Amino acid sequence: MATANLPPLDHELESDPMQDSGVSSFRKFWRRFSRHRLALIGLGILVFLILVSIFAPFLTAYSPTTPNLTQVLLPPSAAHPLGTDALGRDVLARLMYGGRVSFMVGFFSMIIATSIGVVWGATSGYLGGVWDMLMMRFVDLVMSFPAIFLLLVVLNLTGTNASVGLMILYLGLFGWTGLSRIVRSQVLSLRSQEYVEAARAQGASNARILFKHVLPGAMAPVWVSAAFGVAGSMLAEASLDFLGFGLQPQIPSWGNMLDSAESYIVTHPLLILAPGLVITIAVVAINFVGDALRDALDPRSTAGMQRIG
Amino acid sequence: MTKYALQRMIQAIPLLFLVTIVTYFIMNLAPGGPLSMYLHNPHVTQSQIAVLAKQLGLSQPWYVRYFKWLWALLHGNWGYSYFSGQPVIQLIGERLPNTLILMGAAFLVSLCFGIPLGIYSATHQYSLFDYTFSFLSFFAWAMPSFFFGLLLQMIFAVKLGWLPVAGMYSEFFPPSLWELLRHLILPTTVLGLGSLAGWSRFMRSGLLEVIRQDYIRTAKAKGLKERSVVLKHALKNALLPIVTIIGMDLPGFFGGAVITEEIFAWPGMGRLFLSALNDRDYPVQMAALLISAALLILGNLLADLAYGLLDPRIQYN
Repeated sequence: MATANLPPLDHELESDPMQDSGVSSFRKFWRRFSRHRLALIGLGILVFLILVSIFAPFLTAYSPTTPNLTQVLLPPSAAHPLGTDALGRDVLARLMYGGRVSFMVGFFSMIIATSIGVVWGATSGYLGGVWDMLMMRFVDLVMSFPAIFLLLVVLNLTGTNASVGLMILYLGLFGWTGLSRIVRSQVLSLRSQEYVEAARAQGASNARILFKHVLPGAMAPVWVSAAFGVAGSMLAEASLDFLGFGLQPQIPSWGNMLDSAESYIVTHPLLILAPGLVITIAVVAINFVGDALRDALDPRSTAGMQRIG
Repeated sequence: MTKYALQRMIQAIPLLFLVTIVTYFIMNLAPGGPLSMYLHNPHVTQSQIAVLAKQLGLSQPWYVRYFKWLWALLHGNWGYSYFSGQPVIQLIGERLPNTLILMGAAFLVSLCFGIPLGIYSATHQYSLFDYTFSFLSFFAWAMPSFFFGLLLQMIFAVKLGWLPVAGMYSEFFPPSLWELLRHLILPTTVLGLGSLAGWSRFMRSGLLEVIRQDYIRTAKAKGLKERSVVLKHALKNALLPIVTIIGMDLPGFFGGAVITEEIFAWPGMGRLFLSALNDRDYPVQMAALLISAALLILGNLLADLAYGLLDPRIQYN
């Protein structure tokens, strides 16, 4: 896991204040976002990949899981555009269904990680004092391991082969620490603002102040980190599959496809290239989108993809 | 500064202590336990398993075993592998240097290529090189390292036959520095690529930010050569944030080494850890986790200290 991340591709783009005045905040956001051509291309690629994996049953007649031992390791043909794998399953069908698994893991683990990170960081920053100290020491504790070691240890608890739900849970549970630090520092700087003071003077409860007044102002880095979180989780899941500690081997995921193709690297390189390139393209696309999000929402942030593999 | 470094190390001790309790607890939740491999062996009877469990101390609750483990560790004894019976310290002693060689090589490569490429990209902003390199670094950053590793094996070891596929030394030639270097090239590339891409991008954006500052304009207005403005005036300030990033990335090398070692059958700590997980070999797992946590803390400390060396405004108290 490399903790650092790539700084923006075109961070020297500056906003034009005249142009931005008097437009709704979404239009302003879109104007900044859509200046990044690569992000628009990335968004297009993502929409395409997600649609294809959602509608996989309508796009292919093959099952991604049922072996067909009479059709093993076929080269690409009209019937099997990307050939078949060692168990005779259509590679294209597995790629399409694999997208479901990969995007689901990426998306839902990001939801878990983001929710924990926001609540933890906001509570810590807002309460301050002893609570803040304890909660942040806990973050230090979790962060004092390379994440992959922790993931391997917990995945090992369930006999090394996780279901999709468990994988989502684990990636979510170990992916929130960085975000909680960011949210905490945002909340720390916002909670002493005058408008928060005013809300407190009016007798608003702590929870109301935090969630109604403080958090909305602290959300920009959260969106950015959520985008990168999806990509990081997808990469992590694939790496864990490869190490043999990932999803159950029969689940069609891009990482499992790569893992099972390792022994055919010489004879059937397409079995490696197809899933490898699809993962790479998906992760690059998300990174381009995340990059543009950062430029549009939170230009000074250094948030980026956590890389575990 | 020495005092500060010592202070930080002492502060790290309670953290490491907590780390050991938590991991020992989680590890012991794993089903089966270290003796499960004997359960389906018809030659091993139930009573023999019970004797083994007693010998290894497995019949005690986890917290009792934890304190025995901790007590032994404090006396310099890392315990013995449940699986091979070898002292853990010996296993670590065999494997850790290999991992450090791999990490060190990857670190040097990332540093020696990443930083200059970032500087070149920044001083030639919007050039063809800058665009191509930026685009490529995004791909390098996004590619799963094991996919990249398999590609390299496919091209350079299998197709072209220039480099060995895996391992640390050849089976056919006596071990030598030359053999080691040949075996190092592919794993180093895989382990170093991500940080090379990351650091060069950071170097580029950092330098671009500094170049726009007034004091750089002053230096240029004085008539200094572009080259000396960049290298003498701008670079020093632009390097500061990079140092933090590099320190944060150090443990990443340790984690990445797990995957790289698995691809290239490199006999290091990562593979030791993976097989210890499979064997439920708790003493070896604990040692590997503890060492990785200690390295991580050390990496952060080194980054802080390097930061202080580069930036005289930083005072350690």
